[in-house]
Amino acid sequence: MNEIELIFILYVFVLAIFVGFELITKVPPTLHTPLMSGANAISGITIIGALIVSGQTNNDATLSLFGITINIATILGLFALIFATINVVGGFTVTDRMLQMFKKGNNR
Amino acid sequence: MNSLMDITMNDIIQLVYLIAAIAFMLGIKYLSSPSTARKGNLFASVGMLLAIVATLFNENIISYELIVVGLITGSLIGVVLAKKVQMTAMPQMVAIFNGFGGSASALIASAEFVNLSNTPDKFPILMISLSVLIGFVTFSGSIIAFLKLQELISGRAIIYPFQKTITAICFISIIALSSYLIFSTTSTIAFIIVISLCLLLGILLVVPIGGADMPVVVSLLNSYSGLAAAVTGFLLNNLLLVISGSLVGAAGLILTTIMTKAMNRSLVNVIFGNFGATDSSDSGPDNTDKIVRSTSFEEVAILLAYADRVIFVPGYGLAVAQAQHQVRELADLLESKGVDIRYAIHPVAGRMPGHMNVLLAEANIPYDKLYDLDDINDSFDNTDVSVVIGANDVINPAARDTPSSPLYGMPILNVDKSRSVVVLKRSMSPGFAGVDNDLFYMDNTMMFFRDAKDGLNEIISEVKDNLL
Repeated sequence: MNEIELIFILYVFVLAIFVGFELITKVPPTLHTPLMSGANAISGITIIGALIVSGQTNNDATLSLFGITINIATILGLFALIFATINVVGGFTVTDRMLQMFKKGNNR
Repeated sequence: MNSLMDITMNDIIQLVYLIAAIAFMLGIKYLSSPSTARKGNLFASVGMLLAIVATLFNENIISYELIVVGLITGSLIGVVLAKKVQMTAMPQMVAIFNGFGGSASALIASAEFVNLSNTPDKFPILMISLSVLIGFVTFSGSIIAFLKLQELISGRAIIYPFQKTITAICFISIIALSSYLIFSTTSTIAFIIVISLCLLLGILLVVPIGGADMPVVVSLLNSYSGLAAAVTGFLLNNLLLVISGSLVGAAGLILTTIMTKAMNRSLVNVIFGNFGATDSSDSGPDNTDKIVRSTSFEEVAILLAYADRVIFVPGYGLAVAQAQHQVRELADLLESKGVDIRYAIHPVAGRMPGHMNVLLAEANIPYDKLYDLDDINDSFDNTDVSVVIGANDVINPAARDTPSSPLYGMPILNVDKSRSVVVLKRSMSPGFAGVDNDLFYMDNTMMFFRDAKDGLNEIISEVKDNLL
């Protein structure tokens, strides 16, 4: 990565934080728990990093265990992928479960 | 970019990532109303799916075996956890999911360290160190928060000698070793020590924090898991990670601020204050010679049945007793008699931001009857009866009126302003802050000493049998 790329990403980072603040301050307190679990699922976006790492075959760093050659980076990537998938799938599912309970009253 | 006509697979992937980023932002935007919130969550999950599918076309991915294994294993675990969890256990569920997210980021950074081990470049190692620090602290901290909330370990603040010194030494060692990795040599052993110290730091930071402060901790860890993703985005030069991570980081930070404000404490005080470590013997003003008026279910039932306006004030005790459904049943009965029913929710009523709202929604209580502190506090003046169930510190008038009280300055629900107050509570025991509650001794207050569920059931049958 060169300096220009880094500055560019920094711009995106700072602007995204501002957008985040604007959007999230508008979420009413009654939805703060679903907001948190939904945001949590979004933070599982690291799944795309995990996919790339566990799909690479890099033969530089390997570990021999019981005669099987294991690529350390790939194994780390696999665990990252499992954790991130739990986070994404579990997070969105539980958020939906909560949100479908929120019902408006029929003004009697 | 050679020419705009030369579209590569990577360009397409980046464009799909842009769509995913938009979907995430729209998803959060739709969370601004309960009527559109479910659609928002769907938007965000579709965005995630698009991003995952696009990534599978990445040119660096050669083998798909492990990917299939990882996706299937993770999805199964995720769905089972999400479907099985009780709504009361939502804080620990979110805590553990935060931990998984944080550790995923840190593990990716660790894999990058293995791949990059001979690089002369300092920047990636700096980002790897940051991601490992934030990610693994989030992971071990979340595990401890989970264990405390699940009551697998004591929810008390656990303190031990030289606690702050040990935490500081741990943190300084991480900084020193990381600097060594960045500026000197990329030693694998040093890196493994850094990982271990980061995991230890997460434990050291959360262990001394008491159970009732967990809303702040869980919100903060939520913010960290986003930050870890953003840092990993810097490392992998991936804008989608940076954008999504910043969104989540901002969300966690806002919720943390809301929680600390509602407790009238600073973040530093929550993290290092050892609040709730011991039973406080200082019970504020001396109330020993004051009279407490105790009441019965018959009296409460009559009071409620003939009232015009009633506000229920639920606290964590209600959730512990699982009495949400009884509240709903009583409210239905009273509404059929024409009583106006509302619910006043303090921000720290549950164990995480908005937790009480979810618990009441689960009992089919419509969300438009749930009122926030600011929206309902002026309405207590013209309320006939306020029914407090399992709440204590958040309704103590001392927080508003008595500058010498340890609670002074904390925003409270002004239930004492209503014509009558019924407090459904097992005993006179003080709340989390260990402070005696002046409300219990006021002339318009009646204490109904009973378990929340049993007490409500008695009132319900009395209303059904004699007052309909």
